[in-house]
Amino acid sequence: MQTIYTDLLVVGAGLAGERAAVEAADAGFSAICLSLVPARRSHSSAAQGGMQASLGNSVMGEGDCPDVHFEDTVKGSDWGCDQEVARLFADTAPIEMRRLAHWGVPWNRVVPGKSIYYKGGKQYEKVEAKEKEGLIMARSFGGTAKWRTCYTSDGTGHAVMCTMDNRCAQAGVEVHDKTEAIALIHDGETCSGVVARCLRTGELITYLSKATMIAAGGFGRIYPNTTNAVICDGGAHTMCVDTGLVPMGNMEAVQFHPTGIVPTDILVTEGCRGDGGTLLDVNEKRFMHEYEPEKAELASRDVVSRWMTHHMREGHGVKSPYGEHLWLDIRHLGEEHITGKLREVYEICTYFLGVNPIHQLIPVRPTQHYSMGGVRTNKDGAAYGLKGLFAAGEAACWDMHGFNRLGGNSLAETVVAGGIVGKKIAEYLQGCETEFKTALINDAVKKQQTRIDDLRTSANGSENVYKVRAAMQDALNKGANIFRTEEGLKECVVSLQDTLVRAKNVGLRSNGKGVNPELAVALKLEGQVRMALMVAYGALMRTESRGSHNREDFPARNDRDWLNRTLAYWKKPDDDLPTLKYEDATEVVEIPPGDRGYGKSEIISADTPKGKDK
Amino acid sequence: MSRLLKFNIFRYNPQDELSEPHMEEFVLEETDSMTLFIALNRIREEQDPSLQFDFCCRAGICGACGMVINGRPGLACHTKTKDLPGEITLLPLPVFKLVGDLSVDTGTWFREMYTRTESWIHTEKEFDPSALEERMDNKEAVAIYELERCVECGCCVAACATARLREDFIGAAGLNRVARFLIDPRDQRTENDYYEIIGNDMGIFGCMGLLACEDVCPKHLPLQNQLGFLRRKMGITSLKRLFKK
Repeated sequence: MQTIYTDLLVVGAGLAGERAAVEAADAGFSAICLSLVPARRSHSSAAQGGMQASLGNSVMGEGDCPDVHFEDTVKGSDWGCDQEVARLFADTAPIEMRRLAHWGVPWNRVVPGKSIYYKGGKQYEKVEAKEKEGLIMARSFGGTAKWRTCYTSDGTGHAVMCTMDNRCAQAGVEVHDKTEAIALIHDGETCSGVVARCLRTGELITYLSKATMIAAGGFGRIYPNTTNAVICDGGAHTMCVDTGLVPMGNMEAVQFHPTGIVPTDILVTEGCRGDGGTLLDVNEKRFMHEYEPEKAELASRDVVSRWMTHHMREGHGVKSPYGEHLWLDIRHLGEEHITGKLREVYEICTYFLGVNPIHQLIPVRPTQHYSMGGVRTNKDGAAYGLKGLFAAGEAACWDMHGFNRLGGNSLAETVVAGGIVGKKIAEYLQGCETEFKTALINDAVKKQQTRIDDLRTSANGSENVYKVRAAMQDALNKGANIFRTEEGLKECVVSLQDTLVRAKNVGLRSNGKGVNPELAVALKLEGQVRMALMVAYGALMRTESRGSHNREDFPARNDRDWLNRTLAYWKKPDDDLPTLKYEDATEVVEIPPGDRGYGKSEIISADTPKGKDK
Repeated sequence: MSRLLKFNIFRYNPQDELSEPHMEEFVLEETDSMTLFIALNRIREEQDPSLQFDFCCRAGICGACGMVINGRPGLACHTKTKDLPGEITLLPLPVFKLVGDLSVDTGTWFREMYTRTESWIHTEKEFDPSALEERMDNKEAVAIYELERCVECGCCVAACATARLREDFIGAAGLNRVARFLIDPRDQRTENDYYEIIGNDMGIFGCMGLLACEDVCPKHLPLQNQLGFLRRKMGITSLKRLFKK
């Protein structure tokens, strides 16, 4: 068996992972990224809209600065975020955008003079300043006070991903694609790399490293309807959960995006609404401004998704063979805008729906989109529980998003956090000495080989992997969706516990030889069900509504009892529930909890004495 | 009612000593809005869990699912079955190394291409974190993005006669990559530098001008224009170099 040694091993080759690897490589360390797919296929590349950074170059962004960006982010998080981290992020974002420009990103630039833009379906005029000509342009997004989203048409993620991957090639970062990490190697204190499976041959490989980083994106595929790529299955998270030592933070905070298209759940960017698109109901009537007079379609995603679901429940949804949906209208933006700045949207609509958005409405509904939860880290990106383990990007709960993240903040987070955490990893590597114990490594490999052999021979049972996976997805969809109740969540937990037993008893129907896709699904299934239980059980215990976590039976945001972060551990392999602990959402408070300014809700303030919350 | 679709799919698992390359037939009932992504996943989940194919974003953005669909390279995710006849033949992309069934290794090919083209901005300038970004004309930025939209699916390479004849041909994707840096004002490489990379039969002069690359490009990149542009530029550079000797 092959053993590969490196200073930094990154699980994932999307923007966060590659950015961190570049930082380590520039400091003189060797860095390898493992990736399920060629780096440029990473889900980062699918992000269309853009990256938030308070450059303030556009006339509509005048007066913007990191303070305003910080405030928007904290409000967006519904005060669930770590404010130190949000501050670090807002301050660093402009520098990272400029660095990306230097590395080669073709950001759209300010064109001076008059132009028109749309808001709430109405046309307005703006005049861009001559002295800002050629600087990085920004567009509007939900939940932000200023136009702050830097973009390249609607292919921002793709363009930045190309540049980052180029930069990796230049810096000598190796990307081992078609390689799947399946278990962490650790001795209970320090992480020393991973056991991985080669997706070209099916063979096991050990990667030994001084520092290991999880940057494998979200885990949306534990839900049945998601905008996430098929690789966003939480496989890397399950390795951390399996240690019993590394907690996942805020797993109940799951974001639903307002505009997944029906029926395929492919995302059309928030840029559609940012650029002036509107949401319409069955009567082709606008409704968001009635619920949210101030922000309308541009309230935060949790709020818009909730009102959309509410509006459909009130009987204003459009009936279809795939269930109810609403309409997104961008027709008034015109052909030039739609085929230019929203070209990916245009292509998605024509290819997948047979709808021409220049003349026709787009069928949309809220769809699972983003996981605020993930591997809990401190502000340096170091994971709790194991030395030498780091995480960044969507995979991490670094926690600048709290209970709801703002559009454009995650793509920006990938490079900002990747840069910051990468620097901290380089510091960690400086003078880091480590031992690789052969017994430990052999044990880890043997354990994985046994798992694979057992699955191949159906030693534990013959449950069908795809059916068990569907049962998990179905349970989450029913119980841990946009609106949540005690009853639904309890049912969800029980159903997932049953699924967990089945997941332990899966066996392959195929021979499992070589790359074998069925084996790949089987290897992570049990871990996925554990994560689903972390989502559902965390949501059941959190008796309040905050950001995307919305309890119909506890509609108030309860700062008195719940201004905290959930930590979920899977202590022992035989447990049938996660162990939950809580920590303060933030140690440093720059902005005390208050009203967000959109998404009216009751707030039980931190000063309210117990028993006075009715 | 709905059609019964007959899929003829290429099967071979190089890691299984008992496996022989052959075509296998699967039958599936067509549903509304069915794409090859939906169909192949259903075949795998319901009929043969060992079937190998690649999908990632399944939204036409990442380029993972290039394959030969009824004789033509294309992205399986945005191919709707209703646009195809009742009998659908699926083969892996040629030129790239076969991983198994419909899955090929595009990653290695494209990584070699980056190395050959030194696919990054070559500049002497240092990044200054305290300075404003360097200005750029928006039209230039848009023109660069236009060429950077390549998703590296490999369809253009698979459809290219030269690439089928000679392994070292850089392909339309590689030439397009060079064009992207050639028009970028931040890249300080000269036409002579680019000539060293593509001024030969492995590069622009190997192109036979059949233009299947542009025909099959799922992102509709202006490959024909780029090939023409590079051929003129490199032709002129070639003459200049000749006269200097």
